[in-house]
Amino acid sequence: MLTTLLGRFSQQTHHAIPLFQDRVAAGFPSPAQDYIEKTLDLNELCIKHPAATFFVRAEGNSMIDAGIFSGDILIVDRSLTARSSDIVIACIHDEFTVKQLIISSTAVQLRPMNKAYSTITLNEGNDLELFGVVTTVIHSLRG
Amino acid sequence: MTSCFALVDCNNFYASCERLFRPDLRGRAIVVLSNNDGCIVARSAEAKALGIRMAVPLFEVQEQLLHENVQVFSSNYALYGDISARVMNILEQMVADIEVYSIDEAFLDLTHIDNALSAEAFGIEIKQRVKNWVGISVSVGIAPTKTLAKLANNAAKRYRKTAGVVDLTSPQRQEKLLSITPVKEVWGIGSRLAKQLNNAGIDTALQLARCQPGWIRQQFSITVERTVRELNGLSCIDMESSPPAKKQILCSRTFGVRVTDYKDMHAALCKHCERATEKLREQGKQARVVSIFIKTNPFGSNESYYRKSASCILDTPTHDTREITQAAIQLLKTIWKEGLLYMKVGVMLADFYDPGTFQATLWDTPSAFRNSTELMQAIDKINKSGKGHICFAGQQRSNGWKMKQEKLSPAYTTRWSDIPSIR
Repeated sequence: MLTTLLGRFSQQTHHAIPLFQDRVAAGFPSPAQDYIEKTLDLNELCIKHPAATFFVRAEGNSMIDAGIFSGDILIVDRSLTARSSDIVIACIHDEFTVKQLIISSTAVQLRPMNKAYSTITLNEGNDLELFGVVTTVIHSLRG
Repeated sequence: MTSCFALVDCNNFYASCERLFRPDLRGRAIVVLSNNDGCIVARSAEAKALGIRMAVPLFEVQEQLLHENVQVFSSNYALYGDISARVMNILEQMVADIEVYSIDEAFLDLTHIDNALSAEAFGIEIKQRVKNWVGISVSVGIAPTKTLAKLANNAAKRYRKTAGVVDLTSPQRQEKLLSITPVKEVWGIGSRLAKQLNNAGIDTALQLARCQPGWIRQQFSITVERTVRELNGLSCIDMESSPPAKKQILCSRTFGVRVTDYKDMHAALCKHCERATEKLREQGKQARVVSIFIKTNPFGSNESYYRKSASCILDTPTHDTREITQAAIQLLKTIWKEGLLYMKVGVMLADFYDPGTFQATLWDTPSAFRNSTELMQAIDKINKSGKGHICFAGQQRSNGWKMKQEKLSPAYTTRWSDIPSIR
């Protein structure tokens, strides 16, 4: 398979986009440069623990009601402790799957967010193996 | 204040990295091959249990691997490097003073750690955090010296009851472990030295620890004396500050398929020159000596062995890829012999100077290229940005000489097109 290197995920990649704090009325000549206050960094917004953060690509339709579509990039933070109703990457039958985690007093379930799919209930004694908690979805609106 | 060190070492690191995104490989034996798929350089616990040895050539065990259903991987340094950086990053967040000792192990200085936890509890916390955050299992050995911390780490790996963390701060436990450890397993005692020690009646680490340091120094060396002191809990090997700049840079690689064409050899050499000068600039140095070598397979049955090297000294030191490459190509022309099956080419840079410190003589020709530093900086910046790659035209021919990596796993964490897909 031919692949192209698009970029490397590291703490150092700052994709800086300047934020203009321009409060001057239209028509008034203002050198915008003077108003650059700081730069916004998407990494800062989406990645709290770089060492524990992994990117994966969603495939299939089982999570469309959560706003996760096939081809979307999911940001997974392994440092977070999963809570009920988190979207998680779990390992079922030696395969990774993205589902909503539901913990109740009676059962632990992995719930798809699409009515066409059925919920997976974990049997007692079966440990739930989690890869991490999904914190952000990157959905591109233009191909 | 007594010193306290921890050695954190990843368990079966390469195999564990390969398994990280392949839950289907749990419990399955894995081996990782060296550059060019030549030998076995890493094994999972299951592969070790099958009796597959380290460093054996692939062809020798190919049948066994197939028969035992062992998963074979080419080495994926993009993946191992990224996972290693994550592990080290976590350790740095937990302890101020860390010394990265290799891709999968680091010493931590715990001497001044004010922690309500016991050393052992802190070790457990380290182990759990690395496991949770990155998914890699580590073993932790804690002791008053680095040499003892190494032994504690070995014990943590070997004995299941320890749960991967061994605190060797108490002298009683040190003595117990040393008494069951063969002297050859002590850090810094190689197999030859171990034999000499055995001949002198020293078989266990405890026996070595009980020796008179002065006698050891007389009979062996000051390094072994230092080891004896370290085994007795007296710290002699400090946390190293940054290692000294390297004195040579070598870039070479064995061809995936034998090279017979001069143009292919030329292209490969240019590529190595480019990489070597990039490393040189990373160290902020300029080099004056350029050496190259080419060789055929010494064990080839119907090939005659040919190995030739050549060097030259430049008038003035340089870090310009063009000057180094020019020199290397001139050298290649002097040693190239037609009609051979070449296996390897390499370039070595030596005699380093800090820019501006070289005393030029009246007759030295200044650098042939103007604005060389600026151009090289611009190239390095573009190449490091990951957005594009600039290379010199010399290497742009066939890639027939590239590394053989038939079993390479995806660059799961460093390439967008390779990130894992999840349903």
